[in-house]
Amino acid sequence: MTYRTTFEKRPTLKDSLRRVGRGERVVREVEALKDVSFDLPRSRVLGIVGNNGAGKTTLVRAISGILPPTEGRIEIRGRVSTLLALGVGFNPKLSGYENIMLGGLAVGYSRAEVEEKTDEIAEWTELGDFLEMPMTTYSSGMSARLAFAVAVHMEPDILIVDEALSTGDASFKAKAHEKMNSLLAEAHTMVLVSHALATVEELCTDAIWLEKGELKMYGTPAEVIAAYNASTGVDPAAVTTMQDF
Amino acid sequence: MLAQFRKPTYHRKCASARGVTVAKAAIDVKTVADDDEFRGTFHVYEPYRAGLPRNFSGYLKELWRRREFMNEMTRANVRANQLDTLFGRLWNVINPLLMGLVYLLLVLILARGATIPHYFVYLLAGLFIFDVLETSMSQGAKSVTSAGKMVTNTAFPKALLPLSAVRGALAELWPSLIVLVVAALAFGIRPQFTWVLAIPVLALLTVFCAGMAMLLATMQVYFRDTRSFLPYFMRLWFFASPVLWAADQLPKSGEFLRYINPMFDFVATWSNAIVYGEWPNPQVWLVMSGWALLALVLGGYVFLSRERDFAVRI
Repeated sequence: MTYRTTFEKRPTLKDSLRRVGRGERVVREVEALKDVSFDLPRSRVLGIVGNNGAGKTTLVRAISGILPPTEGRIEIRGRVSTLLALGVGFNPKLSGYENIMLGGLAVGYSRAEVEEKTDEIAEWTELGDFLEMPMTTYSSGMSARLAFAVAVHMEPDILIVDEALSTGDASFKAKAHEKMNSLLAEAHTMVLVSHALATVEELCTDAIWLEKGELKMYGTPAEVIAAYNASTGVDPAAVTTMQDF
Repeated sequence: MLAQFRKPTYHRKCASARGVTVAKAAIDVKTVADDDEFRGTFHVYEPYRAGLPRNFSGYLKELWRRREFMNEMTRANVRANQLDTLFGRLWNVINPLLMGLVYLLLVLILARGATIPHYFVYLLAGLFIFDVLETSMSQGAKSVTSAGKMVTNTAFPKALLPLSAVRGALAELWPSLIVLVVAALAFGIRPQFTWVLAIPVLALLTVFCAGMAMLLATMQVYFRDTRSFLPYFMRLWFFASPVLWAADQLPKSGEFLRYINPMFDFVATWSNAIVYGEWPNPQVWLVMSGWALLALVLGGYVFLSRERDFAVRI
């Protein structure tokens, strides 16, 4: 999966005159993913680990159908629900309830479906009266709660989560953890991108390690995490106790 | 459990196997049954090639299915903009009134235009209908580029974005119509049967605006200067349309405008029907439909064939 970007080098005066106001354009090709191939059967939970810039988010967006691959082919069987960024479709000037509706509709559910779930979601967030106030009055943790609640309550077949949950207090983390487990119990498939290796180890059945766009390893979480830690040279004890949820 | 370089086993479409297959090797496309890209339970994503989406009717179906999202988005945007203001929803009426007054003043100062009867009402009618186009185009142009977060994080038929702009323009029209009717009655124009004509004209105009919005949205993604040029282009278009002047005031040298300006017939038919109770010639309907269809097909094709490229370019 290759990105092709152009950016402008800082224009000198001579450049600007010659090129009618613009600097010289440089084209860079970034190979975000090279030769990544794998199968993920149903009811597996896939953890994706790797350094920053390894291509994890690109991979996850490709799976969700947001970025078409430059080469190759992707097949998905099942309904996908993504939590790639918090509050997609949300309008911060509007209240929590209105944003639940917006968020649910943005993900592709009908108005009736969202209305059915609204009470359940509202209760789960434990935001109480804040739900009637505009989201500009929320803290980032509260917004995260709301966004997460909307995403996980929509009964996806395949849930994709991208490092979304580092905010949130301890009780929320516990709730999120519980909810993730219940989703798994319903035999759904999940893809989780995370730097919190303890979460990956605990929740995931399979894991892949991406480095610089290449699929370095596909195996059980324990194997993959060990290999990843070995390569980064970071003390495993420090890293594997980090938890998202 | 799966070795790194294992060749993926290829599953035909079977409902029991759910999961993800990411493969580098190209597989014969025609053997795989195509399903609705956004909604169905089987999706195939392939490299982007400019061209209409493979499952065009599926796309349209999904567009229709997601209309509630579009409606809600439009409503939310309108509400959010008015929330902090003092007059709030009253702006829906104040806006058209102020606009009409400003232009009336302009024309009175120029002292030339106020020679046709009921000039003020004529001006209002033309203004409001042209404004539908102007709003559709300017909001449509920024619709995709300003929804960057949604485009890069959710899979949805992106035609919803410019269409939402058109819907917003229509939403602004309804209160203006009330102002128009009140003004008409105030200046002694009785409700006439030709007022019914407003509906088909508006319908055709909506189609035209939808096409233009989609075209502009695509242009803006590839050529970000579009929004800077747009206001000047719209001004020119405005002066070339029978808003400030009446269709029969056109001098001989200006006759070509009748043919090259799509809005000529829309505005003239609308304003004449509302203010003077004139029925248009039958061929005018043909011309209007022609323009509307052209815009829709052109705008729609340009947008839909390049839509999958947007996420990378925003």
